[in-house]
Amino acid sequence: MSDVGKDVNAASGMNATETRAADWVLARRLTHEWGEADQAALDEWLESSLVNRIAYLRLDAAWERANRLAALHLDEAEGESARSKWPMMLLRVAAVLGVVAALGVAGFYAMQPRVKTYATEVGGHELISFADGTKIELNTNTVLRARMTTSERVVWLDRGEAYFQVNHDSAHPFVVISGNRRVTDLGTKFLIRRDPNRFEVAVVQGRVWFDASGKQSASQTALLTKGDEAIASARSLSVSKESERNLARQLSWRKGVLVFDRVSLAEAAKEFNRYNERKIVFADREAANHMIGGAFPATNVDAFTSAIQIAFGLRIDDRKNEIVISR
Amino acid sequence: MTARADIDAWFVREVLPLEAALTQYLRHNWRDNAGLADLLQDVYLRVYEAALKEIPKSAKSFVFTTARNLLIDRVRRERVIPLVAAEDLEALAAAAAEIPGPEAHAIARDELRVVQAAVDKLPPRARQAFILHHVHGLAVRQIAMRMNITERAVTWHLNAGLRALANALYRDPPERRPAP
Repeated sequence: MSDVGKDVNAASGMNATETRAADWVLARRLTHEWGEADQAALDEWLESSLVNRIAYLRLDAAWERANRLAALHLDEAEGESARSKWPMMLLRVAAVLGVVAALGVAGFYAMQPRVKTYATEVGGHELISFADGTKIELNTNTVLRARMTTSERVVWLDRGEAYFQVNHDSAHPFVVISGNRRVTDLGTKFLIRRDPNRFEVAVVQGRVWFDASGKQSASQTALLTKGDEAIASARSLSVSKESERNLARQLSWRKGVLVFDRVSLAEAAKEFNRYNERKIVFADREAANHMIGGAFPATNVDAFTSAIQIAFGLRIDDRKNEIVISR
Repeated sequence: MTARADIDAWFVREVLPLEAALTQYLRHNWRDNAGLADLLQDVYLRVYEAALKEIPKSAKSFVFTTARNLLIDRVRRERVIPLVAAEDLEALAAAAAEIPGPEAHAIARDELRVVQAAVDKLPPRARQAFILHHVHGLAVRQIAMRMNITERAVTWHLNAGLRALANALYRDPPERRPAP
């Protein structure tokens, strides 16, 4: 560094600390995948000087107070916007910047303060790390909302599939709500998949409490332990013990892979269609009945179709939005 | 020895809200405004260090006693006479004790108004980024798209905005209006 640079830094030493502290606050508050290494680096910086620590505490407190602004969403939702000049201003900003589209879904779900929405597209995959150490991994085409505060930990799985690694705290239960069903963490890792007609919970480690209630369905409750897989429909709940191998297979999407253990092409195609916009359809039933096993990249439909073309001598007709398979 | 997390929480809850009054007090009692930020930082350091041994019962009187002692030390060491003679510091410390502390902190609605007023003071781009994040919950990537700037620029605006916001909230907070 040149001497000029040193002078500038010396003159604005405090300013530099503040800027650095603000960097840390932003990193800590905005990084989804805030890991142990990140925290260790932050701790080291905080421990290295009390000046650092105080600057950080002050800026972090200011950021926390700014979170209060989320309440303005309530005003908008309740039609109280006349009381505040901001929502009006935001309408103008929205008109100019095209925020309207983003407000559609996100705005609706954010009506409750501190509820954050996370979503993946078809073929998407996202890992979210929360301040309490809990990690949630979203699979393809999934919508999840979370209210994670110091007093409450609630997650709504609105669509799709997610893998939960919960930092258990019996004083602050972690609850996943999905329609009329509720899964309460009892110290654990588990997978939840919500399809239109089917709801599935698989426990990889620890235990969860499952309960469901609804007008049409009888209430269902079950304590699920490691290896349990519960499949619930509107009328029934079945619980079975799954092998580690089967559980691993179900979680293979976390590595971007689909693993099939002797399933029909129809079933395999159904899985692929969850991850890809170009859907596989079968022109005749015989073609769909072939059995297949193996591992395939989830978002590479072409690898899958060329494999079955070679293996079963099937015809692949690649159209614009769909891939038609026939004998 | 008190746990770090407890001291941090105490500092944010009890000490930071005194910053505006403390700044005013230091400004009245120190000759040059340039050294003000330094003085304030020194007070904070002394207060935090003391809290490491034991958290003071009354934050307010401890903070202002610390400030007064610091000013006296400076006067002795630097052999400079502040605007107000040293013997008046006693009276000022007593007057400072009348300044409302965190217990006078307002209800949620009022706090929202205070934060809103503070964000209103931010530079336009920083203000926009803050509103998109804190009101609408957009992530940096989404803010960058909405504002048509890079993610790096968003972070830069948030960084400058956060520092300005902390000053607006703590150093010169807006008047708290009584609830209508």
